Amino acid sequence: MGIVKTAKLIYDYIRYDENEKEETFRAIDGVDLEVEPGQFIAVLGHNGSGKSTLAKHLNALLVPSEGTVWLDNMDTRDDSHIWDIRQEAGMVFQNPDNQIVASVVEEDVGFGPENLGVETPEIWKRVAKSLEGVGMTAYRKHSPNKLSGGQKQRVAIAGVVAMQPKCIILDEPTAMLDPNGRKEVLKVVHELNREEKVTVILITHYMEEVTDADYVYVMDHGKVVMKGTPREIFSQVETLKAYRLDVPQVTLLAHELKESGVDVPDGVLTTGELVDALCRLN
Amino acid sequence: MSIELRNVTYKYSTGTAYEMVALDNISLQIPDGQFIGIIGHTGSGKSTLIQHFNGLIRPTSGQVLFDGEDIWGEKYDRRHLRSQVGLVFQYPEHQLFETDVLTDVCFGPKNLGCSEEECKERALEALHQVGLKEKYYHMSPFDLSGGQKRRVAIAGVLAMNPKMLVLDEPTAGLDPKGRDDILDKVKELHETRGISIAIVSHSMEDMAKYVERIIVMNHGHMPFDGTPREVFSHYLELEKIGLAAPQITYIMHALAEHGLAVNTEATTVSEAKESILKALGR
Ligand SMILES: Nc1ncnc2c1ncn2[C@@H]1O[C@H](COP(=O)(O)OP(=O)(O)OP(=O)(O)O)[C@@H](O)[C@H]1O
Ligand SMILES: Nc1ncnc2c1ncn2[C@@H]1O[C@H](COP(=O)(O)OP(=O)(O)OP(=O)(O)O)[C@@H](O)[C@H]1O
Ligand SMILES: [Mg+2]
Ligand SMILES: [Mg+2]
Repeated sequence: MGIVKTAKLIYDYIRYDENEKEETFRAIDGVDLEVEPGQFIAVLGHNGSGKSTLAKHLNALLVPSEGTVWLDNMDTRDDSHIWDIRQEAGMVFQNPDNQIVASVVEEDVGFGPENLGVETPEIWKRVAKSLEGVGMTAYRKHSPNKLSGGQKQRVAIAGVVAMQPKCIILDEPTAMLDPNGRKEVLKVVHELNREEKVTVILITHYMEEVTDADYVYVMDHGKVVMKGTPREIFSQVETLKAYRLDVPQVTLLAHELKESGVDVPDGVLTTGELVDALCRLN
Repeated sequence: MSIELRNVTYKYSTGTAYEMVALDNISLQIPDGQFIGIIGHTGSGKSTLIQHFNGLIRPTSGQVLFDGEDIWGEKYDRRHLRSQVGLVFQYPEHQLFETDVLTDVCFGPKNLGCSEEECKERALEALHQVGLKEKYYHMSPFDLSGGQKRRVAIAGVLAMNPKMLVLDEPTAGLDPKGRDDILDKVKELHETRGISIAIVSHSMEDMAKYVERIIVMNHGHMPFDGTPREVFSHYLELEKIGLAAPQITYIMHALAEHGLAVNTEATTVSEAKESILKALGR
């Protein structure tokens, strides 16, 4: 079985209408997901499609209304596994400021393992290693509040890494970052995936960030409506647009050239591919 | 209405060990009816800069003039100024506080002294403009998804019918369609009502597509100020200060290096397409 698996997952929020009458709102509507260990998965979808709600199920911040979620074979409804699940599935959120808990970078990173009851010498080992991993060793004595957005977000990732999770879930980790910060964070996440074999689930609204993923899921109104490799997904420009999504600029340019009769392949994902295709014609 | 900043310096925590110069002697003019974009690395001073535009913060030294009048002059009506210059904050959470969406959006016009009926009318129009569905109007703004909250925050400011709209990263967290819709809407307001617009963004692609002038911030200084084309022609310098050019710029430079006679100044998909078709002799 995969490291993350959901079967017929349904989640209903309870909310109250103008007359204080209880009503339910179905945010996740029958999602089946299976992620193999070491995979890099991306999740796309319009605002309100259920991405964050899904993410919160993966480390048991929410439990299903119906259906089942397993993390590394543990049913998230089973209370006795809750700490194991939280340790194995780490979360990184959109706003780096809300994730900082301590006034010195290394303490911030050590907070997670400390909470798990890890012995002090081991904590320091992990802190050193995870800061090294995200390229922030030089800042270990700094105040996190004085760092740039990209640096803060890397510290947040180090904090999750120090808990030695098997899986990291990132919910729009780059939304608030400048182009450089975005690049830094993605590089770090790809390295963790490649070198430490950490399973990655990345939620994003930036299509360019998805081109290197192993597999992409597209959500729409609580359902998974498309799944496939980035190339398969981004070949379908019109379908994506109907789901309020887009394709990377290079893919769009290739698509529009093709529509104008230029012989380029579908689903071009990189500048290199487009340049090759056009030079062959010239 | 025009804005002028004369030698504006802004320091946080003045007189303490943590003193931080966020803006360093900035002089800048924004004529009536301009659509400008502000880019810069995280922490470069963008949010600090735009909070000067509606008198939310006072320069440590230097002057802010509105239609030629010093807004920090003794008799100046800054309350009136704030109703004319609508500011949408970077984090929508900082701006939402009422118990339901509709009441939240009514808050601005109510403060301007509008009748209850007019408040509601304006709020409904604004909510319609940002594309939030009616079923959310009676929900608490805090139960909305990230992108939905952002829409409510923008509607709140639109409902005040400002003469100038200042938006701090309005598209962060919006899905691609939502990004285009909001920017198209802003552009329409600019064109039909002549509203001046200032947008802070980390999306170089959006800046290239929408604005007529880009101001670049770097550590409290303003190294570039020009049309998107001029500014992005400095793409190598931009990279050194944490920024980048739109993906299209890189594609065009790569094509030119491979001997295709394309216009390396193209910054949008449609410009690139035209230039490539021409170079291929179509
Ligand atoms: N606490 C809550 N109570 C009621 N409804 C909620 C709550 N949180 C989210 N919802 C609703 O559930 C749906 C899914 O929300 P979710 O946050 O999962 O979307 P999302 O795909 O992450 O969107 P975004 O891209 O805007 O972050 C939305 O329609 C939202 O309004
Ligand atoms: N309230 C504050 N107290 C002290 N320093 C601050 C405060 N707000 C901002 N700063 C500092 O002032 C500088 C400019 O911050 P500002 O928020 O204007 O940057 P920004 O360009 O908007 O960044 P971002 O892209 O991350 O939003 C930063 O170094 C920041 O750390
Ligand atoms: Mg979300
Ligand atoms: Mg800012």
